[in-house]
Amino acid sequence: MEISNINIIDVLPGMFLVTASLLAMLSIAIKRNHKLIFGLTSISLMGVFVYLLVYASNHRFTVEPLFIIDGFGTFITGLIVMSALAISLLSYAYFEQREERKEEYYILLLLATLGSAMLVISKHFVSLFLGLEILSISLYSMVSYLRKRPRSDEAGLKYLILAAFSSAFMLFGMALVYAVSGSMNFAGIAEYLNNTGSLSVTMLAGFGLMIVGIGFKLGVVPFHMWTPDVYEGAPAPVTAFIATVSKGGIVVLLVRFFDQINGFSYPVVVLSFTVIAIASMLIGNILAIQQKNVKRILAYSSIAHMGYILVAFLAGGALGKEAVSFYLVAYFLTNIGAFGVVSILSDQDRDAEQIEDYQGLFWRHPKIATVFTAMLLSLAGIPLTAGFVGKFYLVASGVNTQLWLLVLMLALGSVIGLFYYIKIIATMFDKAAGSDVISLRPRLYLINLITLFVLSILMIFYGVYPQGLIERIQDFLK
Amino acid sequence: MILVAFVTILMVGGIFAWIIANWNKDLARWISVAALSIDFILGISIWWQNPTIESSTWLLQFTAKWVPSLGISFSLAIDGLSLLMLLLTFFLGIFGVLISWNEIQDRVGFFHFNLLWVLAGITGVFLTMDLFLFYFFWEVMLIPMYFLIGIWGHENRRYAAYKFFIFTQASGLLMLLAILGLYFVHGRATGTFTFNYFDLLNTQMSAGVERWLMLGFLAAFVVKLPVVPFHTWLPDAHSQASTAGSLILAGLLLKTGAYGLIRFVLPLFPSASAEIAPWAMLFGVIGILYGASLAFSQTDLKRLVAYTSVSHMGFVIFGVFAFNEIAMQGVVMQMITHGISTGALFVLAGSIYERIHTRDITSMGGFWTKAPFMSVVGLIFVLASLGLPGLGNFVAEFLTLIGSWQANPVLTIFATLGVVAATAYSLRIMQKVFLGNFTTDKTIPDLSFREKIIMIPLVISIIWLGLFPQPVMNVVKKVISIQFVTEKVSTTENSNGDK
Repeated sequence: MEISNINIIDVLPGMFLVTASLLAMLSIAIKRNHKLIFGLTSISLMGVFVYLLVYASNHRFTVEPLFIIDGFGTFITGLIVMSALAISLLSYAYFEQREERKEEYYILLLLATLGSAMLVISKHFVSLFLGLEILSISLYSMVSYLRKRPRSDEAGLKYLILAAFSSAFMLFGMALVYAVSGSMNFAGIAEYLNNTGSLSVTMLAGFGLMIVGIGFKLGVVPFHMWTPDVYEGAPAPVTAFIATVSKGGIVVLLVRFFDQINGFSYPVVVLSFTVIAIASMLIGNILAIQQKNVKRILAYSSIAHMGYILVAFLAGGALGKEAVSFYLVAYFLTNIGAFGVVSILSDQDRDAEQIEDYQGLFWRHPKIATVFTAMLLSLAGIPLTAGFVGKFYLVASGVNTQLWLLVLMLALGSVIGLFYYIKIIATMFDKAAGSDVISLRPRLYLINLITLFVLSILMIFYGVYPQGLIERIQDFLK
Repeated sequence: MILVAFVTILMVGGIFAWIIANWNKDLARWISVAALSIDFILGISIWWQNPTIESSTWLLQFTAKWVPSLGISFSLAIDGLSLLMLLLTFFLGIFGVLISWNEIQDRVGFFHFNLLWVLAGITGVFLTMDLFLFYFFWEVMLIPMYFLIGIWGHENRRYAAYKFFIFTQASGLLMLLAILGLYFVHGRATGTFTFNYFDLLNTQMSAGVERWLMLGFLAAFVVKLPVVPFHTWLPDAHSQASTAGSLILAGLLLKTGAYGLIRFVLPLFPSASAEIAPWAMLFGVIGILYGASLAFSQTDLKRLVAYTSVSHMGFVIFGVFAFNEIAMQGVVMQMITHGISTGALFVLAGSIYERIHTRDITSMGGFWTKAPFMSVVGLIFVLASLGLPGLGNFVAEFLTLIGSWQANPVLTIFATLGVVAATAYSLRIMQKVFLGNFTTDKTIPDLSFREKIIMIPLVISIIWLGLFPQPVMNVVKKVISIQFVTEKVSTTENSNGDK
């Protein structure tokens, strides 16, 4: 392996993020300044995006043996970076209102973004694991960042223990796969599998353990137990990050790995993912109905959404990849928007997470309530929103490969999902008794409102006119 | 372009009304009336230019690219059937705004936004010739309707709105699956992946596939229509919605189900529909009798009228699956006359509610002497509902029964019993509400000027449809006869199979 072959400009995004986090750290050492750090973070994220737009969008190359920078990876990296930017915009106002030391948060945010961006382009177990760990370890501290809050420690600890466990599972699985195939490179494993043609028991065990690990990170049933608690305990912007950036990276990794080793030819693996997908769609949605906490509702809904994405993942092929990409865009936009609303309504003491906090919101903050309604309708997959086109894409990819059972379950899950999305919307429109007692007194920042506004405009634009985005995705996936 | 204008005028009008209501509530109402009136006049002008519609089936067409990479186009077209349904939409839509003039004082702008967007969705459904766009509009109807019931409804509105939403959304998703199934079946067979209605019309597929896809479409339409046993959302939604909501639900939303059957299920899946026809007719008859018997036992006036809708819509599915021209003409007449007569009954129920603040018919009675104008109007529509000759509903039911006699005499006899049952529940309305002793201590002023403006055109049109149904028949004749070019073959096959 020759390091010197690597063109420095090819790995610039990673460098950029690392440098930015180092700079942030240095500046904290000199003087704490929330605005400065926030600006640094935003600019570096923006810089990476511009780089991707200008340079990487028509460069395809590999950094042997760790990374492959193809269209799919570049597209999702761009998505991740922009999402991180949106989240940091939302975070500024959120943390500004809180007294604790807020500067380190941005270092963690940058590093977590770096981890996720690494996952997206990795084609080797080492880079995979490094990306995953950079992501997870940053998240441990982000989850419990507001440590004075009662639930924060619980959430952080829970995430730490379970994520560490799942990493161990993953590592053990990788070791087994390596032991059998003698390669940690995705291509090498694929070659080995092609030559042998069937899965040996050890290999199967390796894959099984890896599925457990990945399942934990994705928060799919039956590995979903941590999701609601962590979502509830983490600060709202961090929750948005976990729901979008961290999961998106792993979805892409899964698609890439599966594609490369041609996982569709092993019925056992396909069956286990089918079971996981169906269980996530149904159980996620059913459990969400009974929740009274908006963050928990969104947590369960994200479990279900991961199940939906698995449908397109299992459908595979070009259409499946397109569907996954489109759905991720829609899902990112919508979830950041939804958690953005939660964070904008939160005040110093607690997050706006009780469903009562939303009672009559439409009459108190009509604009925010309209945004939230749009986001929830998008999550429910109602037309005029990106979520609808995304779900349509998923169903199309499923029908295309005749996964009727999965597609029917997706439809059933969506119907169950309507119950709780509509419940929140109805609450916001309900001007019943007690709605005049406002328990939360958030300060509204213009930057938050603008971010939310942009997110909803994009979400509706992609819902009404998806052609542009679809063409772009098809371009990248070529 | 005029077809796009139909939809955009309503959508833009809705947004304007919402914004302007912040300053002037009445102006928002006027904007809504104006938007609907412009659409109505445009519709009339199309009819004026094509009085008998002989030249070609499609009067106007409009196609624009939307998502070409998935074969989705923004494709609208209008024929006689669409035209009639559109006119009904705008006609009743205007009254929907007028009837809420005093009733809705809270969040006026948002109300009119929702009202116009429901109507825009309905308009789109009646116009679209692209299945993706159809599903799109089908859903656009849903959310505003949910708000119309859920915000401005009566005491149990949240439950009713929920139920309405879940029922229609669940069945709509099944239709989406079927649409996608058809898309891929057609795409695989021909190589062109498209949602265009005309391209999909003669898709070759195996009987099994056809049956499943048809059931997907049928699910959405029988829930919307509704056909017993999928009707349980209807009494709740109708009785809990505000007057305008009930008017639009009964007058228009149910018709989208009937329209879907005629426009999509029969032409797209001719042999599968022939196969299911006897069952569909059976369910139609069950609906007619079940709806009638439940209507007879209601005490809530709006709920009573809602159940009469179930009964009347039974005639629609009954006639559609009789597979002949006469029955189909009856069905189209039924769609229009039921829209007018039931809409009018809901408006009356709303006016009564405004006066005595109850929908319970046991506390009504003796209105004839206090409010003669209202009572006469009531009498006319009650008689229309029971199918009195000379009023529109008679023509509709008569044609349906004649047509279906050829298809299935036994079931037709039972369906005819439904007309007798209609007499019972209709006269019961008359007796309980307008005759008898005046019991309530509230004063009953007669219809106001505004209410008369609503009622008089409705009365005129129901009488006109009863006496001169021919112009309406002419408009749809061509559409219907073309429909049966394909279906005649399959019906004969089917009837041979029965023997």
